[in-house]
Amino acid sequence: MSAPQGHLETLPRSVQVLLGLGLIALLAFPLAGQDFYTQMVTRMMILAIFAMSLDLLQGITGLVSLGHAAFFGVAGYVLAFLSPADAGASWLTSLPLAVLASALLALVIGFFVVRTQGIYFIMVTMAFAQMVYFLFFDNKALGGSDGLYVNVRPAALGLDFENKQVLYFFTLACLVLTYAFLRRLLWSPFGRTLNGIRLNEHRTQALGYASFSYKLTAFTLAGALAGLAGYLWAAQSGYVNPELMGFHMSAHAIMMVILGGMGNVAGALIGAFGFELFLHFFKDLPKVGEFDLGKHWQLWMGSLIVLVVVVAPQGLMGMLRPRRSQDD
Amino acid sequence: MDLANFFIQLLNSVQYGLLLFLLAAGLTLIFGIMGVVNLAHGSFYMLGAYMAYALTGAWDNLALAILAGTLISISLGWLLEKLLFRHFYHRSHLDQVLLTFGLIYIFEELRSMLWGDDVHSVGVPAVLDWSIQLTDTLSYPAYRLFMLAICTALALGLWLLISKTKLGMRIRAGAFNSDMAQTLGINIVRLHSLVFAMGVALAALAGMLIAPLSSVYPHMGSQVLIMCFVVVVIGGIGSVRGALTAALLVGLVDTFGKVLLPQFASMLVYVLMALVLLYKPEGLFKQ
Repeated sequence: MSAPQGHLETLPRSVQVLLGLGLIALLAFPLAGQDFYTQMVTRMMILAIFAMSLDLLQGITGLVSLGHAAFFGVAGYVLAFLSPADAGASWLTSLPLAVLASALLALVIGFFVVRTQGIYFIMVTMAFAQMVYFLFFDNKALGGSDGLYVNVRPAALGLDFENKQVLYFFTLACLVLTYAFLRRLLWSPFGRTLNGIRLNEHRTQALGYASFSYKLTAFTLAGALAGLAGYLWAAQSGYVNPELMGFHMSAHAIMMVILGGMGNVAGALIGAFGFELFLHFFKDLPKVGEFDLGKHWQLWMGSLIVLVVVVAPQGLMGMLRPRRSQDD
Repeated sequence: MDLANFFIQLLNSVQYGLLLFLLAAGLTLIFGIMGVVNLAHGSFYMLGAYMAYALTGAWDNLALAILAGTLISISLGWLLEKLLFRHFYHRSHLDQVLLTFGLIYIFEELRSMLWGDDVHSVGVPAVLDWSIQLTDTLSYPAYRLFMLAICTALALGLWLLISKTKLGMRIRAGAFNSDMAQTLGINIVRLHSLVFAMGVALAALAGMLIAPLSSVYPHMGSQVLIMCFVVVVIGGIGSVRGALTAALLVGLVDTFGKVLLPQFASMLVYVLMALVLLYKPEGLFKQ
């Protein structure tokens, strides 16, 4: 691994303004937008929660997990299991249960994986996620390769997720809470210790911190937050399948975090929106003569990713950083 | 399971294991020597299979197609190493993951532009298009035996290259301690190009060899890539011997698992990996 880099934990004023404006835009958006766009932005906010949960591991603790989607998917499945065929589940019970299931799974998997390091950690998290993936993929009782439907979306306390605007604002609230929680955590003694582990685990241990339990706690917490995102995803799409836990979903989250710039939560948030916007932009590209630009979106997306990693290794937010501190 | 059936499954598992080895050997060396996590390794396998499809379509000769495909993939590997990968040896694993994931997108799209998104098949060459009758109902196709022989020969050749030649000694030195090898006068830059090109060629070769047996389809690289990672991790990063052992082990567990425990077969390999890592956190043959 290259030398650890500073991660812009104190947000520059420009980013703070951007986030404030973004929040206002998100609050006002459903008033103007059509249902289609409301759903699209809901999905972006869900992915942003997912990306921020990964940033807790990847950016703050320095654990690159290539299996984070397992926790995302499992929570979605829990909602599908808890939903009766002809009525909606209550989100007051199903949401905590889904998040708990993801947290438990993360605790068990974390117990095995956080003792490994570097490349091994990447590989082992991927292997465990694949294990979960195939458990659901190969067993008809768990939905098999086709997945499961959530026929009626959850409701409780007068908030019915069948209403797209209700789900939108509920997701927005979750997004804001997750962001505030993680930002608060970043500056707490717990967050400082996680940061210490990323920068130099041996020194952190020498200072008397049991890095194993800190890493395990972070892994479990990140799993639980990924579960929150996965639950919302299932509630929104009304459908879960094993691909939600797949390798591509995990890699998707990693890319969102890196695109934005990691380790400060805001970057993951910006990266998630940026990534999805790029994706929609590339997919909607027009035909130029015989050549359908939009059909080949993977080429543009792939090139963009390669370009970002070559020219902006610290993500979009890294480009905002003042020149002279870039050399450290 | 009767004896004939057992025998067939055993042959299949060895053949699958050796195929995995061809892929994993390159991956483990690229890991071990250059320290690069190469998620695009599966794409080279896919490109190999599609090259076999396109070239046999043009010439109707699998041997010629494989020869040409190998040359193309060596050049591709050489070029990619020079233009991109070389600049990522000292970057973080995260950057490497991102770079190679971007490459997967690009390769998949190029594949889609060149050959479309349909499933294709490649004919078994006429010389090998027969099978050996084992019992009244069971037979074993000759192409599978041919593939077994080729893979064995390649594995043997690779082993000889790595453990008996001067070049192999340099490669092992590079995997053991890259900086020290350089200090001792080994041209590590050239060694890197060579190992990378060889890894790409082996992966493409595996794809070309499997093409007549399985169909040629989009995203065929990702499944096999994950299997290869499992093999590399079980074997120990950088160890070719470990990759061989682990590949055969994974082949056995996967093939027999599919026959005996179909519902959990795909999980078994990952359980195996988890168990190995629990007892040997750095793989079976960590150098």
